[in-house]
Amino acid sequence: MYGKGLRALSISTVVAMTVALGLVFFYAPLEAEQGFLQKIFYVHVPLAIVSLSGFVIGGLLAIAHLRTRDPRWDMRSYVAIHMSLIFGLATLITGSIWAKGSWGHWWVWNEPTLVSFLIVFLLYATYQPLRFAIEDPERQSRYASVFAVTAGAFVPLNFIAVRASTAYLHPRVLGSTSNLPGSMALTFVVSLAAIALLFATLCKYELTAKHTRAQVRALRRRLGGEARPSPRGRSAAPAAPPAGIAAPAPGGAP
Amino acid sequence: MSGVVDAPPGRAAAAPRSAVRPQVGLWRTVRAVLAKELLVELRTLESVPAMTLFSLSTFVIFHFALNRSSVEGDLGAGILWVTLLFASILGVNRLFVADAEQGGFDAFLLAPVERSAMFIAKALTLLAYLAALEIVAVPAFAVLLLGSPLAPALPGLILTLGLADLGVAVIGTLVAALAVRTSARDLLGPLLALPLFVPIVIGAARATAPLLSASHPSWPAARWLATLGLYDLLFGLIAYALFDFLLED
Amino acid sequence: MTGRLIAAAPALPLHTAGKYVAGAFVVLFALVLVYLAIMAIRLSRIERELGELLELSERPDSGAGAGAAIRTVTRESTPAYPIEGHPPLQGAGK
Repeated sequence: MYGKGLRALSISTVVAMTVALGLVFFYAPLEAEQGFLQKIFYVHVPLAIVSLSGFVIGGLLAIAHLRTRDPRWDMRSYVAIHMSLIFGLATLITGSIWAKGSWGHWWVWNEPTLVSFLIVFLLYATYQPLRFAIEDPERQSRYASVFAVTAGAFVPLNFIAVRASTAYLHPRVLGSTSNLPGSMALTFVVSLAAIALLFATLCKYELTAKHTRAQVRALRRRLGGEARPSPRGRSAAPAAPPAGIAAPAPGGAP
Repeated sequence: MSGVVDAPPGRAAAAPRSAVRPQVGLWRTVRAVLAKELLVELRTLESVPAMTLFSLSTFVIFHFALNRSSVEGDLGAGILWVTLLFASILGVNRLFVADAEQGGFDAFLLAPVERSAMFIAKALTLLAYLAALEIVAVPAFAVLLLGSPLAPALPGLILTLGLADLGVAVIGTLVAALAVRTSARDLLGPLLALPLFVPIVIGAARATAPLLSASHPSWPAARWLATLGLYDLLFGLIAYALFDFLLED
Repeated sequence: MTGRLIAAAPALPLHTAGKYVAGAFVVLFALVLVYLAIMAIRLSRIERELGELLELSERPDSGAGAGAAIRTVTRESTPAYPIEGHPPLQGAGK
């Protein structure tokens, strides 16, 4: 039963986001150098942190899949990576907006976080084409998990490498997260919590929707209706767990 | 093994790692597979001549694209590494094709050998291809495009090439195995490999750039060699651990 | 109270920085709202399918076997909160 905690999670997300917004605009002081533009920091950096953690978590979930061969881990891994990709896109866009406001260019190469992010994004953008190119569901899950683990390990290494290459060129331009005064640190932490909760809520939402879809399909099979193909044709998402899960498992598992 | 999910009909549970106790030692298997690969390559000349020719043509294209007769420093290092990388992707694409099409995977799985031997042997094969490529491509680069003398830079360059090739071989083998049994194998290979190659490019190009300039130190900076070495080591371990999962069928 | 709140709030400049900050926050909201829209589409699709399945189950040729199957499947798939407007499925033939 994926949907069980969804209501509580959504409510805490709403509360956290409201508090965070209030803190960002009414509590956190204006920063000396960048002024009002610096407020983007409270959106961009939490998105980045949550997205990267999501990629690494996707890799850990993939390890669980490879060890237990339970397709539900693969489903969770897929959702985590898919959601992190979307949050990653939002990171790139907000980072680009920040760069344009600070430097007048939509892209800067001397901000190592943004550059590393672009590379990671390009890597994970191949995740769905990879899944889509393998028809057999078991092999698809297995190969996707291998990719997720490789890419998850790549994320920190990539950051280290890119940071090493830009350190000697220019100082960090978009501000660092160390040495934050107390009020800004509080605002940052709350914003981070809000975005993390948003991520968790959306993931749970997605898992519940997929599971529901699978149950409807199982029901249709059982009733003897003809299988209704998805309006978008074959998708890259992992195949729903087999019908065996929907019926006999007591109380419906996860 | 988790008993929660009924295996879909027709698919046996994934074969346990050591269903057949390997009776042949790891390194003997590696030597055997490596010898087979190199022998096949010598007879068919599929990969290495293509990679070499590709790199030479790319140097010519760079000359026209950049409108320069000689390059050095950062630009020279960049051209050299971009060319080597894209040529190596050609090799990566072909690495497992024969196995996938002619049942090589099944034959290997049936034999009483350690499965990781295939990873090591294939990575060493790719390394050999890269070495053969560079023996031709680097002097060609020096002749066609490089503005500064090559000979004093050679020891440092060889060291950098060695470390970078190791990384390319490890990642290339993993990506090749991942891509070969998909329906878009020629497209997915490069797409997966290029972002994973970025740290190698960073380390190799930064290390090489000072070597290719007129006033050069003879050894690349230690930090870049350390970056390359660390990346090679970590990804070698990861690829070694994950490769078996790609072989099951 | 609002006076104090506005006094405590940093001055909101309406010159250049404002639109960039607004843009960044709009990205975040757009993400959530687009997702909401996608979920709404999915939900309506599932509702339609369930309606068809309900209709399918009430046809006389479903048989008792299908009825028992519905009971088993739907007990496990009943969500934690009630769906408005749909009585729980009782089995074949209403």
